[in-house]
Amino acid sequence: MSQERGTTSGHRGLDAEEPLIFEQGSPDKTGVDLPEPPPHADRLGGLGRARPIGMPGLAEPEVVRHYLRLSRQNFCIDGGFYPLGSCTMKHNPRLNEKLARLPGIGDLHPLQPASTVQGALALIDACAGWLKALTGLPAVAMSPGAGAHGELTGLMTIRAALEDRGDARARVLVPESAHGTNPASARFCGYRVDAIPADRRGRVDVAAMKQKLGDDVAAIMLTNPNTCGLFENDILEIAAAVHDAGAFFYCDGANFNAIVGRVRPGDLGIDCMHINLHKTFSTPHGGGGPGAGPVVLSAALAPFAPVPAVVHGADGSFRIIEHPCQSDAKPFGRIKAFHGQFGMFVRALAYMMSMGADGLRQASGDAVLNANYLMARLDGTLHPAFPGPCMHEVLFDEDSLKDTGVTTLDLAKALIDEGFHPMTVYFPLVVHGAMLVEPTETESKETLDAFIASLENLVARARSGDVRFFEEAPRLAPRRRLDETRAARQPVLRWRPPVPGAAAE
Amino acid sequence: MATTRYTREHEWIRIDGDTATVGITDFAQEQLGDVVFVELPEIGRQVSKGDEAAVVESVKAASEVYAPASGEVTAVNEALADEPALVNSAPNGDGWFFKMRLANPAELDDLMDAAAYKDHVDSLD
Repeated sequence: MSQERGTTSGHRGLDAEEPLIFEQGSPDKTGVDLPEPPPHADRLGGLGRARPIGMPGLAEPEVVRHYLRLSRQNFCIDGGFYPLGSCTMKHNPRLNEKLARLPGIGDLHPLQPASTVQGALALIDACAGWLKALTGLPAVAMSPGAGAHGELTGLMTIRAALEDRGDARARVLVPESAHGTNPASARFCGYRVDAIPADRRGRVDVAAMKQKLGDDVAAIMLTNPNTCGLFENDILEIAAAVHDAGAFFYCDGANFNAIVGRVRPGDLGIDCMHINLHKTFSTPHGGGGPGAGPVVLSAALAPFAPVPAVVHGADGSFRIIEHPCQSDAKPFGRIKAFHGQFGMFVRALAYMMSMGADGLRQASGDAVLNANYLMARLDGTLHPAFPGPCMHEVLFDEDSLKDTGVTTLDLAKALIDEGFHPMTVYFPLVVHGAMLVEPTETESKETLDAFIASLENLVARARSGDVRFFEEAPRLAPRRRLDETRAARQPVLRWRPPVPGAAAE
Repeated sequence: MATTRYTREHEWIRIDGDTATVGITDFAQEQLGDVVFVELPEIGRQVSKGDEAAVVESVKAASEVYAPASGEVTAVNEALADEPALVNSAPNGDGWFFKMRLANPAELDDLMDAAAYKDHVDSLD
């Protein structure tokens, strides 16, 4: 490694070559020094540890240095442009973080008596109020722990509503371009998934959708704007047809950030939608989030929402409905311990209140503007999969690289050398060699221009026939191109200590 | 004598009497890229034409493989578990997915022959 990097140490300037933590230190070297415990009786019932478990032994400064060095190899939104389509890697305002750490908010325990956490309950209620107002739907289940968890919650609510009316149904319609979590959630909830094709405009083929409707269809799951970055223009017609068939309309709210403050999903006939707080409401995403996926519900579904729920007491205080038996409605049960990702509710509410209704409206407008700016400026460089205008993300296909010998993956790897996180590639599956770019509203024109300049030069280089340049990319990253095929076929999932005495390879 | 038919979803089915072998076409493996995992149906499972019968996963994507005809799964290609690359190297041969006993051979009349499938692939470009 050191030879390849051209230095004796293996480090290259600020870019440190860092071994695994298990390859460092030794078991007798540790950051803490505790006295041996006095003699004591073993109360482990014979289940005590029989041999060392092989924890790495390092001093505190070595541990700090290890993780700091690893973090420097990690691309993050705080470090650079991260236009990952359908993921919305946008800035996390520091105000959110400040408020989430306030005493009385950052140090609560979920088992505290409700009388001691009235402010926190008021905060959950206020966050719920904003989500209901922005979506035009009367109820919200706050507890789902992520977008896909919200999907499952929504489908379980739909199942409960259907079974309550004695009309359990078997099938869920999902467009071909859907996020993979949609069919997965439907299957997990016991439904059969029936795919709906897209039309030439990249939108749901309404005629094909209507043909698939029937009295065994529980719901349709539609993303709007869809994963091609396009608004589903026929959504009112779709909603009417779905309701006529006695089914529910589930909307994947992953792309709500494109329409927030402008379109209320409730006005579109949607019965149920999860909201990824990290996408639309700027809570952290990546690096562990954690995610949060509250689900807004129509009046028809509201009675079946899971517990817990925060409700107003008669005296203006708040209380929590913890068990279905405490509820006047028919909650289907509980899907998460405690109350959901409270820390994310704090951040999302901080964002909503600091932006205000007008600010949220501007954010969705700017997100769409930025994506269309990229689409317009890259005209002639990358080929859009569908004609514009687009919504908050722009989808290109591989046509502009045709006959160059350079693929979408190669172009993505070359972008790493340019200091940008690549866009989403090969998704959605309905577009050949897809490149899905979501710039988000928080990027400046200067950043977008730099990204455009890099893409222009790279595509020109591809067209000039310099295939080798792309095959070798990335050159400047801490690691070169990984063998993705071998990683999948022969994965090495854990480190194992070298066998003593074995000859080094 | 065996005849081979093709679906719009890029499966092939080679028919020999009332049994048939199913795989994915060369075009399909080319589009998928390096195949890293194949999920095969259980032997004895009844499938209807168009049902999801298997899953093929490549470095790019996971895709369903649909049953080109109705019938009972009688054998699966165990070799794919250790060597999914067979789907890339020999899509029409050793990279087959499963064998089935046909319930209704007349269903095959809807499928394409080699010439019609070639036209279908050309139209996608």
